[in-house]
Amino acid sequence: MDETVGGKPLLSLRNINITFGGVRALRDVSFELKPGEIHCIAGENGSGKSTLIKIITGVYQPADGAEIEFDGKAYSHMSPVSAHAGGIKVIWQDLALFPEMTVAENIGFSEVVGHGLRLVDYGRIRAIALEALAKLGVSLDVDAPLKEFPIAQRQIVAIARALVGEARVVFMDEPTASLTQSETDHLLDIVRNLSASGVAVVFVSHRLAEVLEISSRITVLRDGRLVGVYPAEGMTQSKITELMTGRTFEAKVRAAPRADRPVVIEVDGLSRPGQFSDISFKVHEGETLGITGLLGAGRTELAMTLFGMLKPAAGRIRLDGREVRFSSNRDAIDAGIAYLSEDRLSLGLIQAQSIVDNLVISSLARILSGGLISPGKKTSLVGKWVAELGVKIGKPEDAITTLSGGNQQRIAIAKWLATDPRLLILDAPTVGVDVGARAGIFDIVARLADSGLAIILISDEVPEVYFNADRILHMAQGRVVGSYDPRAYSLHDIEAAVYG
Amino acid sequence: MSALIQRLNGAPFVRDMAGPGFAFLAVLIVFSLASPQFLSGATFGSVAFQLPELGLLTLAMLMPIITGGFNLAVTFTANMAGLTVAWILEANGGVDASPEVFAFAVVVAIGVGALAGFVMGLVIAFTRAHPILVSLSMMIFLRGLGEFLTRGGDVSGFPEFLHPIGHGSILGIPVPMLVFLVCVALWHLLLSRSRLGFNTYMIGSNIEATRYSGINTRRVVILVYTLSGAMCAIAGIIMMARFNSVRVGHGESYVLITVLACFLGGVHPDGGFGKALPVFVALIDLQMLSSGLNILGANQHLATAVWGLLLITVMISRWLVLRLRSNFASSRR
Amino acid sequence: MVKFIRTHGTESALLAVIVVISFVLSLVTDRYFTVGNAFDLLNTSSVNIIFAVGLLVVLISGGIDISFAVAASVAQYGTALFIAWIGGGNWAIGLIIAGSIGIGLGCLNAALIQGFAIPSIVVSISTFNVFFGLLMFFTKGVSIYDLPDWLTEHVVLYERQLADGSWIEISLPVLVMAICVVATWTLVTRTTIGRQLYAFGDNPEGARRFGVNIAAMRFIAFGWLGLMAGIAGLVQAHYAQEVVPNALYGRELDVLAAVVLGGARLGGGKGTVLGCVLGVMLTQITQNGLNLMGVSPFAFKMIVGAIILIAITLSNARIERLLPFLSRKGA
Repeated sequence: MDETVGGKPLLSLRNINITFGGVRALRDVSFELKPGEIHCIAGENGSGKSTLIKIITGVYQPADGAEIEFDGKAYSHMSPVSAHAGGIKVIWQDLALFPEMTVAENIGFSEVVGHGLRLVDYGRIRAIALEALAKLGVSLDVDAPLKEFPIAQRQIVAIARALVGEARVVFMDEPTASLTQSETDHLLDIVRNLSASGVAVVFVSHRLAEVLEISSRITVLRDGRLVGVYPAEGMTQSKITELMTGRTFEAKVRAAPRADRPVVIEVDGLSRPGQFSDISFKVHEGETLGITGLLGAGRTELAMTLFGMLKPAAGRIRLDGREVRFSSNRDAIDAGIAYLSEDRLSLGLIQAQSIVDNLVISSLARILSGGLISPGKKTSLVGKWVAELGVKIGKPEDAITTLSGGNQQRIAIAKWLATDPRLLILDAPTVGVDVGARAGIFDIVARLADSGLAIILISDEVPEVYFNADRILHMAQGRVVGSYDPRAYSLHDIEAAVYG
Repeated sequence: MSALIQRLNGAPFVRDMAGPGFAFLAVLIVFSLASPQFLSGATFGSVAFQLPELGLLTLAMLMPIITGGFNLAVTFTANMAGLTVAWILEANGGVDASPEVFAFAVVVAIGVGALAGFVMGLVIAFTRAHPILVSLSMMIFLRGLGEFLTRGGDVSGFPEFLHPIGHGSILGIPVPMLVFLVCVALWHLLLSRSRLGFNTYMIGSNIEATRYSGINTRRVVILVYTLSGAMCAIAGIIMMARFNSVRVGHGESYVLITVLACFLGGVHPDGGFGKALPVFVALIDLQMLSSGLNILGANQHLATAVWGLLLITVMISRWLVLRLRSNFASSRR
Repeated sequence: MVKFIRTHGTESALLAVIVVISFVLSLVTDRYFTVGNAFDLLNTSSVNIIFAVGLLVVLISGGIDISFAVAASVAQYGTALFIAWIGGGNWAIGLIIAGSIGIGLGCLNAALIQGFAIPSIVVSISTFNVFFGLLMFFTKGVSIYDLPDWLTEHVVLYERQLADGSWIEISLPVLVMAICVVATWTLVTRTTIGRQLYAFGDNPEGARRFGVNIAAMRFIAFGWLGLMAGIAGLVQAHYAQEVVPNALYGRELDVLAAVVLGGARLGGGKGTVLGCVLGVMLTQITQNGLNLMGVSPFAFKMIVGAIILIAITLSNARIERLLPFLSRKGA
């Protein structure tokens, strides 16, 4: 826990309203931040968290009547340049970096904006970059183009960029999403150091455990409104969840023995150098195998190998007893393996296209009549799955973007169920889905398992696999390092093993 | 009244046809008022004869645009195909060549067009290079190749039986128009009911997500550009039959008009959406406009400027409509 | 040296190709590897280089423009008419007028792109037709032969006769070109605005969040190209000693080919002035060489088209995979 300097707030907002295309994204929201405080903004998707940050940092302008007070001065709105100059820095979730430019130029980008037409002092930019990286205790080749670095290092660059110049407030939007545990620990240390040196840090994270560990106060938003501001001390994850969703949840372990059922998929000594090695497991009919671990464990790469999008360097995959080798994901789909990508927005669904088209895209061969797509078969396929999974839609021709995150994910699941799979691999299926809708998704998963489908559930969040899987595999650094039965271990034990 | 507009706005067919349909009426009214000769059989006759070559090139442009790309090489691919037929005929008797030779030449020409499209599709699919650049370089290459082989001149001297293909009619409909109508029907079927068409739309919106859904996106892209090239070849053959000669560079000014027809017909500039039938109506609008300008005796260069202004106008109209639609939607909440 | 090759892969490749071709040509023809020919080459490339550095800025910003050659013709013609009207003038006035017309036309493109969210390829196809159509319509295709002396006079800044009797010279257009190249290089690598252009082309949303003025980026990029186009037009009139309305028609494709060869890409955020200049030189040398070898001029376009196709394929296919020792380890 940090120590906040009490008294006068550093940043205070009141009467914040903003509307996008007829929808009120924020309604009478207020926010207050004390100097050197570590403050978390919690809320489901669509609650307005990102919008609030964009208003504070000047990317959006609030409606008239907004009162913003920063460092004793009053503003009716901010601009990116004035926010930056005033010491308000942001690390965006999508990083907003420039891959073609060098690391130095990325970190020192503030030298290039907001000064009018001037000659660039590359020496100074380089020095700034080195200094910022030193503050983080990281060393990178600052003269290399950013595109040569993987995402974890790009995140470090984004953080370094935010530390340039006098920072008074640093906003971090889901900063740990792509970091390994040790990198996350390092980041949290940096956050504590910043706070100790008087810099306020505002955290947006869905990882409630981290939030509780590090913040002193939590602002909860729901549906664009302020629910309240709470001290972190004494707060629990389930309490925050209740506040974010307005509902209470009970979770119980669903695990049941399934080892007597036929084996659907058997993996033996599967390896891909640099990603995972010597992976072996079996999944039976009706069984849900949970795979968890930290980033870099190789889970998604393993899933993509089972799905035929990556080739294993060694090892075997047996489906229903027969060895299979896939040259593309089409082979895997035809053999009965389906993979729901963790990135629903850009890989799992095609946002601009209709619900109908998204649902049938992987099973076109099943809705043909005379070699051409039959509108009748299309409609009945869609109708069947929408009803089966209880998806709330307007018209089938509406674009996917009109659906909520939870409903979108149901369509994504329906899309794969329409391919009549034997094995369904779900990769982080509740990312971007409101806490309230998650239970519904897992109900569906349980029903699917009961009907005989074999399921692999991959998740970052141990509770998700704990309450929904029959068995849990813990992967770290590309290897299986633990195997747990949820009925025999407590959640706390497994979390301790995974998070270390 | 607003309920009626709402209902109409909801029906997809009406929404698709609104733009080109409105333009049709506009052109009809403006030019009928401007010139008494406009509303005549001769006008529509000339439209019916001239439209096909432009229309076939537009069909060739349509699918690449839907995938989010472009095929700037359409006219020179058509020229190369026409040249292929011309040379095969020339090598086999010239004016006295037999219909069998012609049939063979047609098949080879379509192959040539398809090959040009295939190469472009290959490069775009495998290297992810920008389609504008790829088709531009193919265009430069084909133009150079064509000019090199013809020394910039015309190739002519074709058999008599070609004449009815370019100038004849069956049941009152000009032969080129018949070919075009068949192609429109084919493209409509392809886009609305075939798997290739379906995948084309999906790729246009998000190629990676489409790949993750089990579609062989590379194959689709290659096929799209190959078909585009084949359609260019058909256009080239029709052009050859109509003008009884082939010249590299013929139809160069058509590229703008094909793009214009696509956007007027409701194709999205970023890809993912667009249908064959509204584009067909848009083509009729533009051809009528062209004939109207001719009748008014408009200078050819002025006409060029008019086409440019028209494309800008169509794009600005799209922008306005999108703005109005979102305002309308939000005011209803 | 090795670091230069690593960070400037394209430029090094171009330089290497130029050296190789030059070597081959010097063996095959007896005229190529003469100093006289080299300076000739420089002189004839001037117009295209000026165009190229202008187009480079637009490509870096993530857009494309194919109307600039026609815009140059408009600027050329307009300037000729203006100086005929005022009766006199000099290079300074000429450049200012031509540059201003060019900037105006470039900003028109930018306004349409910015104001109505129209893709730059569509806008420039339209403006190309509008500019050319109106130009040809109003001029009726008539050329202007009667140009003032200051424009048609061959201005030589430096010349020397060599031992073999041929002359080498540096003429005014080369100076103008050099100024344009250096100015563009300064803009793009040394000024804050230039770096913002790269950033904007690389990640427009990221630039916006940082406070980069999007409209300014577009107007500066297309305005700069317009300025270069106007200047190039005047220089071309100086060379040709006449103003022909459709003389530059089609030039945009040759320039685009050279700039793409030089490493710029349609996606934005990439491209260097050096690569640009080398790209133009390479295409000029190839053409020059083919001419000297007696190859038909018609073949040239065909070869250029094939070269760009291959160049795009190779560069997008990651030349680092072909030459692994160039790639960075441990990223």
